Amino acid sequence: MTDPFEPTIIGFTCNWCSYRAADLAGTARIKYPPNVRLIRLMCSGRLDPTFVFKALASGADGVMITGCHPGECHYIEQNYKALRRFQLMRRTLQGFGIEPARIRLVWASAAEGAKFASEVTSFIEEVRALGPLHWGKNDSVPTLTEAVIQQEEVPA
Amino acid sequence: MTAKPKFAMYWAASCGGCEIAVLNTNEKILDVDANFDVVFWPVAMDAKYKDVEAMEDGSILLTLFNGGIRNEENEHIAKLLRKKSKILVAFGSCANEGCIPGLANLIDSREIVHTAFNTITTDNPHEIYPMTSYDVPEGEIHIPKLLPVLKTLDQVVDVDYYMPGCPPESQQIAAVIDLVVQVVQGKAELPPKGSVIGAGNSTVCDECKRTRNVKTIKAFNRIWGIAPDPTLCLLEQGIPCNGPATRSGCRARCPKAGAQCIGCYGPADGVVDYGARLISAFASVIDAKEPQEIDHILDGLVDPTGQFYRFNLAGSLLKAAVPAWKAESTHEKEKA
Amino acid sequence: MTEKVIANASPLDSQERIGVYVCHCGTNIAGVVDVVQVAEWAAKQLKHRGVVIAREYKFMCSSLGQELIEKDIKELGLNRVIVAACSPHLHEKTFRTACANAGLNPFLCEMVSIREQVSWVHTDKAAATAKAKAVISGGVERVRHHVPLEPIVVPINPATMVVGGGIAGIQSALEIADAGFHVYLVEREPSIGGHMAQFDKTFPTLDCAACILTPKMVSVGSHPNITLLTWSEVEKVDGYVGNFTVTVRKKARKIDEELCTGCGICQEKCPRKIIDDVYEAGLGYRKAVYTPFPQAVPNRPVIDVPNCTYYEKGTCKACEIFCAPKAIRFDQQDEILTLEVGNIILATGYDLFDARRVTNYGYGRLPNVFTSLEIERLTNAAGPTNGNIVLRDGKTAPKSVGIVHCVGSRDRNFNNYCSVICCMQSLKFAHLVHERTGATVYNFYIDMRTAFKDYDEFYQRVMEEGTLFVRGKVAEVTNVPRYETEKGKLIIQVEDTLVGKQRRIPVDMVILSTGLEPRKDSKEIAKTFGISCSVNGWFIEKHPKLDPIATMTEGIFIAGCAQGPKDIPSSVAQGAAAAARVLGRIEQKQMALEPVRASVIEEKCSGCRICNGLCPFNAITFHEDRMVTEINPALCQGCGTCVAACPAGAITGTGFSNDQIMAQIEGLMMLNVDQEPVAA
Repeated sequence: MTDPFEPTIIGFTCNWCSYRAADLAGTARIKYPPNVRLIRLMCSGRLDPTFVFKALASGADGVMITGCHPGECHYIEQNYKALRRFQLMRRTLQGFGIEPARIRLVWASAAEGAKFASEVTSFIEEVRALGPLHWGKNDSVPTLTEAVIQQEEVPA
Repeated sequence: MTAKPKFAMYWAASCGGCEIAVLNTNEKILDVDANFDVVFWPVAMDAKYKDVEAMEDGSILLTLFNGGIRNEENEHIAKLLRKKSKILVAFGSCANEGCIPGLANLIDSREIVHTAFNTITTDNPHEIYPMTSYDVPEGEIHIPKLLPVLKTLDQVVDVDYYMPGCPPESQQIAAVIDLVVQVVQGKAELPPKGSVIGAGNSTVCDECKRTRNVKTIKAFNRIWGIAPDPTLCLLEQGIPCNGPATRSGCRARCPKAGAQCIGCYGPADGVVDYGARLISAFASVIDAKEPQEIDHILDGLVDPTGQFYRFNLAGSLLKAAVPAWKAESTHEKEKA
Repeated sequence: MTEKVIANASPLDSQERIGVYVCHCGTNIAGVVDVVQVAEWAAKQLKHRGVVIAREYKFMCSSLGQELIEKDIKELGLNRVIVAACSPHLHEKTFRTACANAGLNPFLCEMVSIREQVSWVHTDKAAATAKAKAVISGGVERVRHHVPLEPIVVPINPATMVVGGGIAGIQSALEIADAGFHVYLVEREPSIGGHMAQFDKTFPTLDCAACILTPKMVSVGSHPNITLLTWSEVEKVDGYVGNFTVTVRKKARKIDEELCTGCGICQEKCPRKIIDDVYEAGLGYRKAVYTPFPQAVPNRPVIDVPNCTYYEKGTCKACEIFCAPKAIRFDQQDEILTLEVGNIILATGYDLFDARRVTNYGYGRLPNVFTSLEIERLTNAAGPTNGNIVLRDGKTAPKSVGIVHCVGSRDRNFNNYCSVICCMQSLKFAHLVHERTGATVYNFYIDMRTAFKDYDEFYQRVMEEGTLFVRGKVAEVTNVPRYETEKGKLIIQVEDTLVGKQRRIPVDMVILSTGLEPRKDSKEIAKTFGISCSVNGWFIEKHPKLDPIATMTEGIFIAGCAQGPKDIPSSVAQGAAAAARVLGRIEQKQMALEPVRASVIEEKCSGCRICNGLCPFNAITFHEDRMVTEINPALCQGCGTCVAACPAGAITGTGFSNDQIMAQIEGLMMLNVDQEPVAA
């Protein structure tokens, strides 16, 4: 009996809005599945497509990019650059056979903890339905389940 | 008389252009002959693999290896030449980053074989495909197996220096030959291992004489779609020129001739993923804020994968597309 | 101990000595994540990546917890620290300070959240523990690439600019000026005073607005520390906190302010009468040369050029003829001033919702439908009707008045928010109408919002005065009668929700309590000053609960209705709060800025100029002579957009460098973790 597929998602958050939204989800004790691992950037405009490709090449099954709502960026309008990069990235990744749905862009203000949690949850389910990406031959990368198994095997 | 240091040049999955580029150094080739003992160069002289196998390890001072690692023969010779060479140079875009043969990484490699042997122009009613091993009365014969994914040279062996370009510019090759000759004569030092040689430290923009302003792109154009201003930056005119991310060294030949840079000199110094840099750069200067508007402008960028990864797909972070990995995992299973 | 080479993760090139501290946070983290096991795991499985010690402790932020870190730094020679605990937004400073106390550069410490982003949001303990490990492993990989950084210290110019001369701006200006520091007060109208100067009485005290406002206005006008720039607008803001350079356009009044005595004869003699739709809300006239109201500060008129006969035809010049000190200057030009200030307070106020948009209320079509501002002018003793509340014919007093709350507010068709002051304002009108006309007054409300000091008592008083309250959102104001009794009246059609019936109430006059909106150009203002605007247009504060007067941009503060609808006491409080913050900064004389900055590696820059248009803070400049781009570290806000955009990889960013993020990705994907159990 094989374990059900647990996707691993890397999420990029911006320091001012979406990271705070994630924090707010925590303060409000809103639950979401543990499949997402977050990286804090100062701004969604810092999002270099290299990071997304690196995440996918390193074994992530999906990547979530989050930032402030357009018009509300702490740095005025840098999230528009993130939007443009996101759209071009998705097109390019399609040429690699990577489904566009594996990359998601979410705008969340610091007050939208619930929205953040629900977006994460729905994204995890969407990626789960797409199946593992298993990029390259990186079978040594443990998925979430494997990490759990590994934890039990470490000698005391 | 002290023996001349040994020189080798090999072509793996390549087009032969690198060899021609070397010959294009005109009289400089005589310097190669004057200063080196050419021991292995399939295009120029007759030598067998067993000759190389018989050489002492590290006895070849300089090997220029061009072409990507497409099949088991390429891999075998790459490893062989690594053993036998002191300095192994990944010569040309194919060896550095995969180049055009690397574009096969977008598809399942088994399709290559199928298409070559069973397509409209091939008469193969019984669907016979080559086998990699076959029994004949004299014994078992082999032909090299296609690797599921084309690899760059440094993905199979340790590489000492990288000379980018498709092909490397002849004047750059000449400069490198000069440098190595000087090193041999004790008059110069080799750069640190792992360096890029025969190329600049900046990008094509550095060598391009076109005027540059702050960029805002309202549309992407094909080079034949507009009448480009020869004095103005091509990217500003909406022509997707890869110059800003491409390593300098070619003297901006293509922009000078009125064409956009397609990136044959590979990524600039320290860049991790060339395509990602271009995606970021181009997208950042698009003059639109609404998703539909952005999409409309991006529609003008036909084939982003080709635009951003024409030369360096195999050397990028993702290396290959999903279909190629499928063949890869099957290949592993077969091996096991 | 054998060092296992991990093929996947970036090679270990230098000897970092990393300490990992896992906080229990009581049971907040420990209740879900097995923190003891995580610390043990980090010590063993990340040893080859430089982890020298891994500890877990109940409350890392406590003094004992911090001492653990300090002790280890000193005794074990740690040169990198990871604290896995709550959000860095809470305690990053705490742990950075602890490191600094032990002699380690504070930027060599990184916090990773395993509380808000792990233990508080996940229920599966095994998965949460596994994720905590991944998060720590990401942090360890990242912190290995941290470099010591020093904060950038900038001096603070003690001069301050206050933009907007309403009550909030006036308060700020006076507080700072009284403390002994210089203020430039910039106001786009010819006089300060703002909307409050248009009111008659203010709730709940029914103080005369002019009486309480004008003394403050006079103080501003005569204060030695305040440079009052009215009829002026800010055009450009350059610089950064402590060192702003502001370009102000002082529009030409066409009057020499030094010579003018404010006698007012030019206004008397001017033959051109224009409808005053700013101050008098369209109910009165002014002249082409005018001061907006008699108590204007400064008491210097301006000439309304588009409506002046001299500029149209070259004739008249009545003002010049009659001006004794010869102060009229027809060819005066705008003056551009460049002012250096250390901090800026934006108190630009609000605009009124345009009641014409609610077509079913008939404003603009039915003559006796009035807006709140129009009523303010009617009730004002110095207003166009000398304080008499009369209908549009200018003489008839109404016998019945309907006051409609929430016009344009709390309405998904227009503005969703509550405008805060309309209920009290409506009650004030009810009281004044009663007092002045004895008319029957109806107030049509959805909810009564009378929350602050003495507000509810005022509501009760107005109830006792006999005002009739109908709870229901007015559906329509019409002049089409159905019954005899409705002829010649305005009929208010409303559902009275307390009795559950539709009602048609005929009145003589309808007053619409129109809501407050951000200034029409608030988005442009926000952009000029480098702050953010919400989708509605209100300026965004740094924190809605804990920091309502600061913005995300250091050195720019907001006060008053520009931040959101509010009453006068709140505007005053915010004005004073902003002033206090600024005074604190001035006292400090300098400020340390976070050293998260971008910089260009000149040798790698080929001058493609792709980054040049990407910086909203104007930190990026291009040098034509050298064909390279440069970034000003003091202007740079550290967003990293240019770092990501540079196609040559020639821009680096401290604090969030490519190496750090790429390493963090590898760590999060556990590429750095020894896959085989390590022998103890």
